[in-house]
Amino acid sequence: MVKVSEFLKQHGKPSREVYLDHENSGWVPPEVVEAMLPYFNQRGYGHPSITNLPGWEAYEVVESTLEKVNKTINARGGELVITHNGTEANNLAIIGTALGSGRERRKIITSAIEHVSILFPARSLEEYGYRVVTIPVDKEGFVDPDMLSMLIDYETLMVSIQMVNHEIGTIQNIKTLVETVKDKDDRIIFHTDAVDAYGRIKIDVEELGVDLMTLSSHKIHGPRGVGVLYVREGVRLKPIMHGALSTQKMWPGVENIPAIAGFNKAIDLTFTNFDDNVKKMKMLRDMLMDGILNNVPEVLLNGPRGDKRAPDNVNISFLHVEGESITVELSLRGVYVSSGSACTSRVLEPSHVILAIGRRYEEAHGSILFKVSRYHNKEDIEYVLSQVPPAIERLRIISPLARESREAVKKVVEV
Amino acid sequence: MSTRTPLIYTPKILDLFRNPKNLGKMEDATVSSQAGSPACGDVITIYLKIEDSRIIDASFESYGCAANIAAASIITEMVKGKTLKEAWDITWEDVTNELGGLPSIKYHCSILAVGGLKRAIRKYFQEIVKMHPDWLPKDLSKEERQALEEEELIERIYRKYGVVP
Ligand SMILES: Cc1ncc(COP(=O)(O)O)c(C=O)c1O
Repeated sequence: MVKVSEFLKQHGKPSREVYLDHENSGWVPPEVVEAMLPYFNQRGYGHPSITNLPGWEAYEVVESTLEKVNKTINARGGELVITHNGTEANNLAIIGTALGSGRERRKIITSAIEHVSILFPARSLEEYGYRVVTIPVDKEGFVDPDMLSMLIDYETLMVSIQMVNHEIGTIQNIKTLVETVKDKDDRIIFHTDAVDAYGRIKIDVEELGVDLMTLSSHKIHGPRGVGVLYVREGVRLKPIMHGALSTQKMWPGVENIPAIAGFNKAIDLTFTNFDDNVKKMKMLRDMLMDGILNNVPEVLLNGPRGDKRAPDNVNISFLHVEGESITVELSLRGVYVSSGSACTSRVLEPSHVILAIGRRYEEAHGSILFKVSRYHNKEDIEYVLSQVPPAIERLRIISPLARESREAVKKVVEV
Repeated sequence: MSTRTPLIYTPKILDLFRNPKNLGKMEDATVSSQAGSPACGDVITIYLKIEDSRIIDASFESYGCAANIAAASIITEMVKGKTLKEAWDITWEDVTNELGGLPSIKYHCSILAVGGLKRAIRKYFQEIVKMHPDWLPKDLSKEERQALEEEELIERIYRKYGVVP
C-alpha cells in the first residue's frame, strides 16, 4: 500500500482551507496551545498525585479546571471524573453503572441515535445478562417522552439519552425526559452524553436533574485527550479501568495535565461571550444551510430547523452521489467535511443516525456533516458555498443515478 | 496482522478520481451493464463497443467512493483493444494492481468493476449474438455472484425492516 506521505504530496495543500469537521476533531486556537506549553517543561510537569512542587502545580491545573467545569454546568456537589476522552467517560457511565448496581436491574434504555461510544458499551453488557432497549426517534431525531415512559419498568437500571445529537443537531428536551423517568422510578440512573451540547446550549445539571453527564475537551476547541464524567452525589459507580496513581478513584492513569490546561483555556474562551458566540454560529449555520439548499438541486436537510437544532450543525444528503467521494472532492478544494456514508465508516454500514430518522440507505450514503464554529467568518462560508455546488455537479456527471434521474425528469417534461 | 485500516489512495486512484478516463454513457454501445446497488453505496455502469469479438471502445459511470470511480475508469482502459475472452480473464486482483493497490476494505470496488464487466460480456453473448462460446462458464463467476449478492442483500434488509426500496 502507498505511504500516507506520498498521498499527501499528491493531494497538495489547497490555497484556501475551511475546516468544517469539528464533529470528528477540532481546530485548536493558538491561545489554547499557549496555555498548554508551560506544562510540558516549565511548571506542573510532575504527577498531580505526588507531593513535590511540580506535582502540586499539576494538581492546581486539575483543581482550577474542575472548578470551571462545575461553574459552566452549574454543578453544586457531585464529582467530576477526568478521563482521557469522551469515549472513556461514556464507557464509565454505562459499564460503571452496571458494575456499581446490585444486579437486580438489567435493562438499559438508550435512543437509536446515540453515539457509538454509548451504543457499543451498552451492547457489550448483553453478554453479561443485561438487556439494551433502543428507543426509536421521530423524523427530526426526537425521543417521545410517552414512549420512554412506556418502556420503563421495575427492571430498568439506567437511561442514556444524549443532549444534542452529534450528526443531525437535534436538541433533546432532557428536562422532560428526566422528569418522565424519575416520576416513574427515581432510582433509575439518567445519563446524558452532552459532548455536543457543551459550549452550544446552556447546561444546568441541577435544573435538568441528570445523574451522569459526559463532556469532551476537543468538542469545544480544546485539545484531544480530556473527557469528563459528571457524577451526581450518591450515584453508585464502580471503576472499569484499574491501576494506581491518579488523584481520583474512578479513572486510573496519570492525568494529561497539558491537555487539561488547554481544556481550561478553551472553557474560558467558549464561555466568555457565550451568547454572542452562539449567535454567530447560528448565523453562519443558516447561511451555509440556506446557501446549499437554495443552490444545489436534489438535496435533503437532515434534522430539525431553528432553535431545536444545534447552532453549529448542518447535515445535508446529496442525492445520487456517494458521501466518501464528496469528502475527497471537497478536500481537494480545501473544504474539510465528513460523511455518514458506509465507505467512510470502516464498518461498511451507513450512519445509524441518518437511518434512524427514516432516511433510505442511499440518502444516508450521500449525507454530509458540516460543523461551523465561532472561528469561522462569512467569507469562509462564502468560499464553501462557492465550492460545494461545482463539487456535487462534477460527481453527478460521473454518477449513473444522477443521469437516470435527469432522464426521468426529461421524459416527464416531454410527456 | 494490524487492525488499523488507513483510508488513503495511490497516486493512480487520486489521478483517475480527478480526471476519469472514458467517462460517460456511450450512446452507440453494443452492450451495457450495471452492477451494485444505490442502497449499498456503489453502482458501476460499463458500456462496451464490440466488433469481431474485440472491444474497440469502453466507457463507464460510477456512483461510489473515489476508489470505485477509479476502478471503473481503469477497467475501461484495460479492456480497450482486448478480445472478449481476454477481457473475461481480467481478475479483480489485476484491477487492484493496475490501481497501484487498494486499502483492504475497498477490495469490493475492483470486484464490482470486474463483476460489471463480466456481466456485460455475458449479456452480449446471451442477448445480442445469442451464442455461447465454450470459454464462457455456464455458472456465474465469483465477481458476478458478489455483485448479485450485494444487490439482493439490501432488498432483504429493506424487507426485514419494512422499508420499501
Ligand atoms: C456525541 C458524542 N459522544 C461522545 C464522543 C466521543 O468523544 P471523544 O472523541 O472525546 O472520545 C463524541 C465524539 O465524536 C460525540 O460526538
